Amino acid sequence: MTLALAFGLAMAFTLALAGPAHASFWAPQNGGSPNADRIHTLYVIVFIVGAIIFVFTEGALIYALWKFRASRGHEAKQLHGNTRVEIGWTAGAAIVVLILGIVTFAFLPGIRNPDDSDSDGWQIPASYTTAKDKKLLPPNGKALNIDVNGQQYAWRFVYPDGDADRQNNIYTYEELVVPVGTTVTLDVRSSDVGHAWWIPQLGGKVDALPGYTNHTWFKVPAKALRNDQERRDGRVFTGQCAELCGRNHANMTARVRAVTPEAFDAWLKRQKADIDAAGRGAQRYRDQQEQFDRQQAATAAAQAAPTATTPVPASQR
Amino acid sequence: MASATVTPIPQVVAHQVEKPKRGWVDWVTTTDHKKIGIMYLVLTFAFFGVGGIEALLIRLQLAVPDNTLLEFQTYNELITMHGTTMVFLFVVPVMAGFGNYFVPLMIGAKDMAFPKLNALSFWMLAAGGLVFYASVFFNPPECGWTCYVPLASKDYLPNGGVDAWIFLVHLTGIGSLVGSVNFYVTIANLRAPGMTWSRLPLFCWSILTYSVLLILALPAIAAAVTMLLTDRHFGTNFYDPGEGGSPLLWQHLFWFFGHPEVYIMVLPGFGIISEVLPVFARKPIFGYKAIAAATLVIAFLGLMVWAHHMFTTPSPSVVLVFFMVSSMLISIPTGIKIFSWIGTLWQGTIHFTTSLLYAVGFLGTFLIGGITGVFLAIYPVDWQLHDTYFVVAHFHYVLMGGAVFAVFSGLYYWFPKMTGRMMDEKLGKISFWTMLIGFHTTFLVQHSIGLDGMPRRIPEYADVGNLATFNLISTIGAFILGVGILVTAVNALRSLKHGAIAGPDPWKANTLEWFTQSPPPQNNFDTVPRVRSVEPMKDIRAEIERRQGERERVPAGAAAAETHA
Repeated sequence: MTLALAFGLAMAFTLALAGPAHASFWAPQNGGSPNADRIHTLYVIVFIVGAIIFVFTEGALIYALWKFRASRGHEAKQLHGNTRVEIGWTAGAAIVVLILGIVTFAFLPGIRNPDDSDSDGWQIPASYTTAKDKKLLPPNGKALNIDVNGQQYAWRFVYPDGDADRQNNIYTYEELVVPVGTTVTLDVRSSDVGHAWWIPQLGGKVDALPGYTNHTWFKVPAKALRNDQERRDGRVFTGQCAELCGRNHANMTARVRAVTPEAFDAWLKRQKADIDAAGRGAQRYRDQQEQFDRQQAATAAAQAAPTATTPVPASQR
Repeated sequence: MASATVTPIPQVVAHQVEKPKRGWVDWVTTTDHKKIGIMYLVLTFAFFGVGGIEALLIRLQLAVPDNTLLEFQTYNELITMHGTTMVFLFVVPVMAGFGNYFVPLMIGAKDMAFPKLNALSFWMLAAGGLVFYASVFFNPPECGWTCYVPLASKDYLPNGGVDAWIFLVHLTGIGSLVGSVNFYVTIANLRAPGMTWSRLPLFCWSILTYSVLLILALPAIAAAVTMLLTDRHFGTNFYDPGEGGSPLLWQHLFWFFGHPEVYIMVLPGFGIISEVLPVFARKPIFGYKAIAAATLVIAFLGLMVWAHHMFTTPSPSVVLVFFMVSSMLISIPTGIKIFSWIGTLWQGTIHFTTSLLYAVGFLGTFLIGGITGVFLAIYPVDWQLHDTYFVVAHFHYVLMGGAVFAVFSGLYYWFPKMTGRMMDEKLGKISFWTMLIGFHTTFLVQHSIGLDGMPRRIPEYADVGNLATFNLISTIGAFILGVGILVTAVNALRSLKHGAIAGPDPWKANTLEWFTQSPPPQNNFDTVPRVRSVEPMKDIRAEIERRQGERERVPAGAAAAETHA
C-alpha cells in the first residue's frame, strides 16, 4: 500500500519536474550544460526520496494526532519503547542514506569532471593547451581555458592565445563569449574580496577567493541554440555573484553568450584586431608622449642653459 | 588589679541582620538560578523582538523588485544585525535561560553548582549585546553574520562595526563558556538521590550536550575573531593571502564553531520536545535511551561536518567527500529522534494544549528542514543551492520552525511554573496557528526563490522569472508570522497578572520541577524524594494515590479487626 502510494507519488513528481524546460519551481535550473543537467537529475532523485520520506513521516504524525487524540474511554498504552521497531527504523534510515550515497557517487564524476568537446565544436588550437592538472581537463586534454577574475563589482574574462605574452590576450568584462559544443574550463580567482561565480543554467557555483584558484567547467550543446536568431546572435545565460562582496553585491552580474563556432571565430578575430589596434594606438600614444617629453626637456634645457652659467650667490644657496 | 583577672567570655554580637534586597538591586546582585533564568529569558526575548523587526525590514525591502526603500549599506547592516542577534543573542542564550531555570529544578538541586559564575554568564551576555548594539550609533557591521574575510578586514570595512561584532562574540563567548562549565558540573554532581544517568530528564541530557558542544566549539571562534582583531589593528596577516595568510582559514575556524552552533541551538529544542510530548500524550517517552544516545551521536557527528558550509570553496575532492558523507550520516540519529517522538504520540491520549501544538508544529516543520538538509549535504547538488534562498529557507526551517517553535512550546509549558499563572490557551492557539501559517508562507516559497536563481544577501533583484510573486508572498507571510509572535507576547504579559492560578503541577507532568510550588521558593525544595525512574512525579502521584486509596478502602477501626480475623 505504502509502496504503491510512494510509487505513484514518485511518478507524479517526475512528471511535474520533467515539465517545462526551465521550470525552477521544484528543481535547479539546467539546460545549458551537461553538468547542470546531471545536477538536476541527481536533485530530482533526492527530491523523490525526500518526498516519500516526507509523506510517510508527516502522514504517520497526522494519523497519530487524529487517531490517538484524547477521548472518553481511551487509555494511553504505557510502553517505554520497542527494541525491534527502533532497530528497524534505524536500519531503514541507514539504508536510505546508503542508497543516496551510492547514487551520488555514481553521478559525481560526470558533474565534477569535464566532458570532451563535441565533434561540432570549435577547434581549439594546439597552442592553447594549458599546464593544468589533468583531472581538471577533459579526457582528451582539450578545453578552452578562460581566466575568470572577480573584483568589486564585475567579472573579467581573459582568453588564452598561443603566445606567452599575457599583455596582448583578449579580455572582456561582464560578458563571456563562448563557442557552443566546446568544453570551457574556468580558472576562477579574485583580486579583492570573496565572490562566487554562478550561472544557474550552466551548473553549480564556485567561490572566487583571493589567493586561490578555483575550477569549474561547462559545455553549451549546439542544440541549446533554439532558433535562427540565437544561432545568429548567440544565446545569453545570466547569473550573478553569489557571495556577499560589499554594498553593490546585488549588481555584480555575469553573462555568458554562447555562439556558433563560426561566430566565435569571427568574434575572436575582431577582438584580436581591436586589441592589436588598441595596442598599436597605445604604442603610438606612448611614442608621441615620449617625443613630447623629449621636446619639453630639450626646450627646458635650452631655456635653463643661460641662467645655469650665472653663479648663484652663496647667501642664496 | 581585679580587672586583670577577668577572663574574656567569647560572645557573638549580631550588629545587623542583612536586609533582603529589594527591587532592581535584588535583580542586579542575585545569584539565584531562577532569577538569572528569568533575566536570560526576558533579555533574549527582547532581542528576539529586535531581530524580528530587522527581519521585517529586510522582507519589506524585498517585497517588490528593484525596491529603493533601503540603502544598500543599511540593508547589509540589517542582515548582519538580524543574523547575529538571532544566533548569538536569542536562540543560544534563550536555551541557557530555560536551562538555568529548569536544570536545577529538574534534577532536584537547590541552585547551580557555581551561582556567582552563573550571574557572570548572564552579565557577559548582556555586555555583549550592549557592545554590539552600541554600534547602531556609529556604524553597524555590514559583512553578514559570518563576517567573511577579506570583506571584514580593515581594507574593506575599516569602521568599528566589525570590531563591535568581534567583542560581541568574545563577551557572549565567555558567558557561554562559563555557563557551560556550570551546567556540566551541576548535572554531573547535584542530581537528586537515585537519579542515575539513565533517569536524567532528556532536557537535561540536551543541556549537557549543548554545554559540551559549546566548550568544544567556542575556542575556535574565539581564536578566529582574535586573529581578525589583530589583523585589523595590530598589523598581523593571518587572513591576508598577499602576506602568506589565508581567507580559507577564517572559514574553517568560523564553521568549526558555526556548525556545532546549529546543534547548540537545536538540541535543547529537542530536549524541550522530549519533555512536552510524553506529558500531553500521557505516555512515557518512546525509546528514552535511543533519544539520549542519538543526542550524543548528533553532537559527535556535528563536530565533523563543518566544511559542508564550504563546498564551493577551492578544496580538494577528498575533503568534500568526507564532509558530504559525515553530513549525510547525521540524518540517521535525527531520524531516530523524529520516529521516537511519533512513537511517543502513538497509542497515547493526546491533549491538544498550546504547548503540545507547538511541539507538534516543531516536528512537522523541522522534518522539512531535515530533508532539505540532505539536498545540501550532497555537494554537487549544493553547488546549485549554496548561498541561495534555498539555504535561507532550509536554516529557517531548522532554527525558526525547529528551535523557535520548541522554545514557544517550552514557554507555554513552563510559564505556569515560572510565574504561578497559566497562559491563556485560546490566545495561545490563535498565536500558534497564525505563526504556523505565517512561517510556511514566508519560508516554503523561499526554496523556489533560490531555485529560481536568487542568491541570498542581495538588497534588490530584477523582475525575472517568478521572483516578484514569490518574494511578495514571502513578505506577506513574514508579517503574518510577526502578528502570531505578537499574540504570544501579549498573552505572556497579560497572563502575568490575569492568568489563572496554576498550582504546583497543572499539567500532571513527569519531572521534579513540578514537585515544588509555582513559582518555586528560594531554595527550590524542602526535601527531594528518592528518584526511582525517569518520571519521578508519576511515581509520586501513584504513591499518593496508593496511600489515599488504602486509607479509604480500609477505615481505621476495620483495619485492626481485619488483621485479627
